[in-house]
Amino acid sequence: MKPSSRITLTAGTLLLVCLMTSAFALRHFDNMRKGAAPEEALYISSPKVVKRLSLGYDGLLADVYWTRAVQYFGTKHHLGSRHYELLGPLLEITTALDPHLTVAYEFGANFLAPPPPYGAGLPQQAIELVDYGLRDNPNDWRLYYNLGFIYYMELKDYPKSADAFARGSQVPGAHPSLRVMAAQMAQHAGELQMARMMWTTAYQSTKDRYIRANALTHLRALQVDEDVTNLEKLVSLYREKTGRWPSSFSELEATGMLRALPLDPLGHAYKLEPGGKVEVRDPDQLPFIEKGTPAGYVAPTPKFLPSDMGGAS
Amino acid sequence: MSARIAHIATNTFREAVRDRVLYNLIAFALLMSGAAILVGQISIGIEQLVVVNLGLTAVSVFGVVIAIFIGIGLVSKEIEKRTLYTVLSRPVQRWEFIVGKFFGLAGTLVVNTLFMAVGVFAALLYVSRSFQRADGWILVALYFIILQFLMMTAMALLFSSFSSPLLSAVFTFSLFVIGSFAEDLRGFAAMAQGISRWLATGAAYLVPNFSSLNVISSVAHQQPVSTQLIFSNSLYALVYTGMALCAAVLIFERRNLK
Repeated sequence: MKPSSRITLTAGTLLLVCLMTSAFALRHFDNMRKGAAPEEALYISSPKVVKRLSLGYDGLLADVYWTRAVQYFGTKHHLGSRHYELLGPLLEITTALDPHLTVAYEFGANFLAPPPPYGAGLPQQAIELVDYGLRDNPNDWRLYYNLGFIYYMELKDYPKSADAFARGSQVPGAHPSLRVMAAQMAQHAGELQMARMMWTTAYQSTKDRYIRANALTHLRALQVDEDVTNLEKLVSLYREKTGRWPSSFSELEATGMLRALPLDPLGHAYKLEPGGKVEVRDPDQLPFIEKGTPAGYVAPTPKFLPSDMGGAS
Repeated sequence: MSARIAHIATNTFREAVRDRVLYNLIAFALLMSGAAILVGQISIGIEQLVVVNLGLTAVSVFGVVIAIFIGIGLVSKEIEKRTLYTVLSRPVQRWEFIVGKFFGLAGTLVVNTLFMAVGVFAALLYVSRSFQRADGWILVALYFIILQFLMMTAMALLFSSFSSPLLSAVFTFSLFVIGSFAEDLRGFAAMAQGISRWLATGAAYLVPNFSSLNVISSVAHQQPVSTQLIFSNSLYALVYTGMALCAAVLIFERRNLK
């Protein structure tokens, strides 16, 4: 073997050994860190300072901070956390760097507003975020829709919700249902039909698969809430007529009160519990439901169905 | 005269290519393809934005780095290698040498930018599947970036004409940073009083203003760029480049090369 070939072989082997050892050492560090609480730190918390430091490349930095916000929320959400201290500041920096990054207002508000475990439980911060977004994007009707949505769903402030929908409906190209929602809010606020219309609009007005999956999951939950309410009414009616609770839905079917055995939106039969309580078979598969869950049920972190993520309903 | 400048420019371009300057395109291609594939998986709703923002930022940063590190050596390297004396012993004026060097590096940067632009549009096509009319504004952002390179190259050449490569790099990079804060500097000047107001205003007009040349964020959102801005930016960049080149020529003409 030539001396140069020997050097090549030795150096190449050493290189590979060093590379593998360093990878092994890094894996060892990761294992040592397992279980330790991840450090939450925002080294520069001032949006103005971050903008200055971007040297004009603020668009790219906004994308980086937005990705960081998504990762932060996603990781904590996955772990079932109830505290999202950095979410607000991350979104503030993102939108200060790029005030036209409307996706940060739309999704950011949806991260902030819902109560845990679905979100950070900070609806007021969500409203401030969308209000800030409207200052720079007054012609984006989706932001008015988001604002009205948060007022309606999270704060139950129906007049402000109606006002947001009404303002949004005046924006050229706005979804027609905003006008309808603004008009119907006074009469039908708090009703299931109203919520259904809002989630349907959310589904129709976007092509984003996450928003669509979220809307479909909520529509399914509304369907369950409505079914459970109606079924429990029927069960009570049966008891009034016969003086006892039915043991199964078949008894209601036999009396003609039900046409067929009731199924939840996933195709599973509803359960009739003693005492006339109606429950779903698998509440974990039906996130956001408010009725039909066993006593003391704690909802896990919601997961979207793969079929919803693919766009199929 | 123009033939001599063209010869110097061509040789400068060839030298840059021989120095493997265009190898940065490989890093750029890896960056763009990585971003196009990965961002959709780790973020939400910003795939196209990232491709445009990252692509144009990379074009700008890579170009500025090339303009600084090649620009600062344009004169000093020729002196160090003593090739300058060979050139100047022929019927070549000193100012022709400076202008030729400028056009050579500017040409390198334009070619580099054109290749990168192809990469940006390819990544955009991969992410969005089709082009929209508004994507055409990216070309305007690229044009502004080229204007920025012209100014940077002229400044690097200016410092290179009287200073060492290290100091030239420090001066040029400092001016790039200050130029990014030019609007703030003007704001400080407006707030100051007396002599400091005059000094700050003078400094604000003397340093390059890069903020108006940066439309990356707005074209990423498919917002149009006004014709007036295109015109005024073109005029400003050309005038500023001319000013820096004139200063470089004035200094180099009087420099003792013995």
